[in-house]
Amino acid sequence: MVRRIDAIEKVTGAAIYAEDIFLPDMIYAVPLFAPHPHAKIISIDTAKAKVVRGVVGIFTASDVPGELRTGGVVQDHYIFAKDVTRYSGDVVAMIAAETLEAAREARDKVDIKFEPLPALFSPVDAMKPGAPKIHPERENNICCHYPVRHGDTDAGFKKSDKIIEREYKTQHVEHAYLEPEGCVAIANADGSVTVRGGMQHPFTAQKFTARATGLPVNKVQIIQTTLGGGFGGKDDTISIICARAAIITLKTKRPVKIIYTREESVRESYKRHPFHVKFKAGVTKDGKLQALEANIVADAGAYCSTSPFVIWRPTVQCTGPYIYPNVKCDSYAVYTNNTFTGAMRGFGSPQINFAIESFIDELAAEINADPIEFRRKNFFTQGCTTHTGQKFDNHKVAIAEVVNAALEKFDWNEKFGKCSRGAPDANGNYYGIGMACSYRGVSLGHEGKDFCAAIIKITPDAKVELEVGVAENCQGLKTVMANICAKELGVEVEKIIYKDVDTLSVPDSCPTVASRGTLVGGNAVIDAVRQIKEKMAPVAKNIGAHSSFEDIVSACHSMNIELHALGTWQGPPVSWEETTGQGNAYFTYVYGCQVVELEVEGKSGKVRVKKMLGAHDMGKAINPEMAKGQIFGGMVMGMGFGLKEEIIHKEGVIQNLNFDKYRIVTSAEVPEMEALIVENRDPAGPWGAKALGEPVNELMGGAIANALYYATGVRFRETPIKAETIRTALSLRRSISD
Amino acid sequence: MRLKINGKNRTVKCPLDKRLLDLLREDLRLTGTKEGCGEGECGACSVVLNGEAVNSCLILVGQLNDGDEILTVEGLEKTPLGKKIQKSFMKAGAVQCGFCTPGMLMAAYALLKKNKKPKKSEIEDGIAGNLCRCTGYKKIVEAIAMCTK
Repeated sequence: MVRRIDAIEKVTGAAIYAEDIFLPDMIYAVPLFAPHPHAKIISIDTAKAKVVRGVVGIFTASDVPGELRTGGVVQDHYIFAKDVTRYSGDVVAMIAAETLEAAREARDKVDIKFEPLPALFSPVDAMKPGAPKIHPERENNICCHYPVRHGDTDAGFKKSDKIIEREYKTQHVEHAYLEPEGCVAIANADGSVTVRGGMQHPFTAQKFTARATGLPVNKVQIIQTTLGGGFGGKDDTISIICARAAIITLKTKRPVKIIYTREESVRESYKRHPFHVKFKAGVTKDGKLQALEANIVADAGAYCSTSPFVIWRPTVQCTGPYIYPNVKCDSYAVYTNNTFTGAMRGFGSPQINFAIESFIDELAAEINADPIEFRRKNFFTQGCTTHTGQKFDNHKVAIAEVVNAALEKFDWNEKFGKCSRGAPDANGNYYGIGMACSYRGVSLGHEGKDFCAAIIKITPDAKVELEVGVAENCQGLKTVMANICAKELGVEVEKIIYKDVDTLSVPDSCPTVASRGTLVGGNAVIDAVRQIKEKMAPVAKNIGAHSSFEDIVSACHSMNIELHALGTWQGPPVSWEETTGQGNAYFTYVYGCQVVELEVEGKSGKVRVKKMLGAHDMGKAINPEMAKGQIFGGMVMGMGFGLKEEIIHKEGVIQNLNFDKYRIVTSAEVPEMEALIVENRDPAGPWGAKALGEPVNELMGGAIANALYYATGVRFRETPIKAETIRTALSLRRSISD
Repeated sequence: MRLKINGKNRTVKCPLDKRLLDLLREDLRLTGTKEGCGEGECGACSVVLNGEAVNSCLILVGQLNDGDEILTVEGLEKTPLGKKIQKSFMKAGAVQCGFCTPGMLMAAYALLKKNKKPKKSEIEDGIAGNLCRCTGYKKIVEAIAMCTK
């Protein structure tokens, strides 16, 4: 077993997170939020706040030396709201003071005069012609639209014996990383700025900070502190917070610390996109799918963030791992005055897979087919062509394999026969099992350039310094990189000195997202090791076959051979035609299947999850124990998505800002879990490895909805499926049958 | 006020309305104890006070008494049980982002001090006040179970 290299500092309390940095002369800054989700700001009166003892300064839009607006895709996100607020988490000002208490006291004394503007809280309303525009410079509130046109759906429906239409809805979900956003910024004597903080993508923070401060990118140094969870959520918001901290430190010439409270974090940070999915499918009576029409509308909230990419992935994956010869899909993200939405583990896939996998079971039921046999009849096969016109012949199409492995291990056939199917037991309770499966594009695909770099430097005392351009996102990246490096070099892992990402050292390696860390980082490390070995080989030959690594390193240094290498990896080509949605969207794919067993208490509607199992083809598990940890954690997060979690907006204002009202799954609710590792090594991956972090989080919602159906006989088409909803549905059915 | 923190006698002087969490983190620079929610829901700030796991964000210095014994993650290594729990967490793969880890360790310590051989369900209940978003709890429960052997 390979242990995490960062575990020791985490169990002793020595690991330094952003909140643990204390510097002499440091000041503290707190955010002042929008008084209303959509309003015109008339005036900001800071007179009373400024005289609070200890206040150092109050910073607003007029203090931004560089560009006020930022964003990774579209620059529509105001670092400080100016003239208008667009959602309740917009920050109007930052108040900096000698102490946190003084900053908070002053914040309460800032007087903002405003006039509410007509607000939009539903994408449907926001899409209507004539709706007030949230961003006046845009044509309308549609943030992005992706079409797919493949075959002829009308012809497909004509061939079908049955045509079925269904709608599914999902909710706003909070990432709920245990560590709220935080950073410390320091203005350096040479005019540059250094920001240390908990961000997933130091290079995003660097770009945002440079843009806002007006500094050249190489005058902005971002150093990642130990990250207390991210799940896709520590990108835009923390990068904007870094930019604000940099602005304040450059003005005050004092170190600035910003640590959000949980409430501040939940209020400002982006959420998972709620989806409204409409499906129409045609199927023949022998169970062959003929056509699919999909309409996906996602709530982007006030700002674009990564919406175009989050919507593009489910567009590519809208069929699930099933062949539909004819497909028409239109996906939209729409601006509203709700909290903005962006990247969250899965990136659109938990939402679309909940819909796809519920729908597949509904289709099977409509033609009286077994849901598993129905799936098998329509699965992707080796060499098949998907609805984007991509031929799947460069990797192992393992959908049938993972499903078979999962079902066999779960005793599916035996348990499926025992499902209550709407008939409760003597105590009024129900029993059910359900499954869901998926395919998923690995890495960024056509959404961005795909590059990674790694630097290896071997010191004369034979220690190996390793720095990789992708960042530790708590998934164990450092451990995996160190292990690949050690094994390729033929040294013990203890020799590896891992350097955390420093934006002024390693090249920008694109964000650590899309479950790409292992694949892209591992390949870059292997490339760097190859170059080092090439330098060492002739020396090793000279000094004899049995010489140790230390001897070779020492000989190299005495011969002036620098053991230093920059390894790189460039993603294989991908393609996408925007108007038809055709192309080779990703260079390879992974496959997964998750199964769940549960009981429903008829009286209360309470669900007790008894067992969850995940089977995932990740190419190759470089660290099997950590891989299993990902599967367990991903399934539990998926269980929260399916059954419990929901950020509730009331007129654009979040009602559950802390864990007392936003409930995530606790240890007392976690069922028995099992993880199956399936390995079909991929030619593109290091040692054949592909991806895992997100696939494990994209299936449990659908599996739970299906299990609830086989338990209660009721189909739930909206997440989260809470006990109240189930109770109401069951009592409604009882009252009808009475 | 005199407190015994991680086995050492310390005299602390601070406002009585200061949170124990801030006393530890800011005044004593014992930053291993984390703040996740500030309202006693997440357990990241758990410390052991006179043998009981408590949320240090909910306790004010004024509620403490002279001679109270406080154990934080920094003091675990020096106790045989604490060291055992730390090793088990590393061995079982119970550590991911690590932000909940100090609180989990302290909850586990308090649990195992009182109950040397807790059942799986007792472990699950014992850490039910400590949230973790990474692991799905399975390996944490396994790590604590390893300490009962």
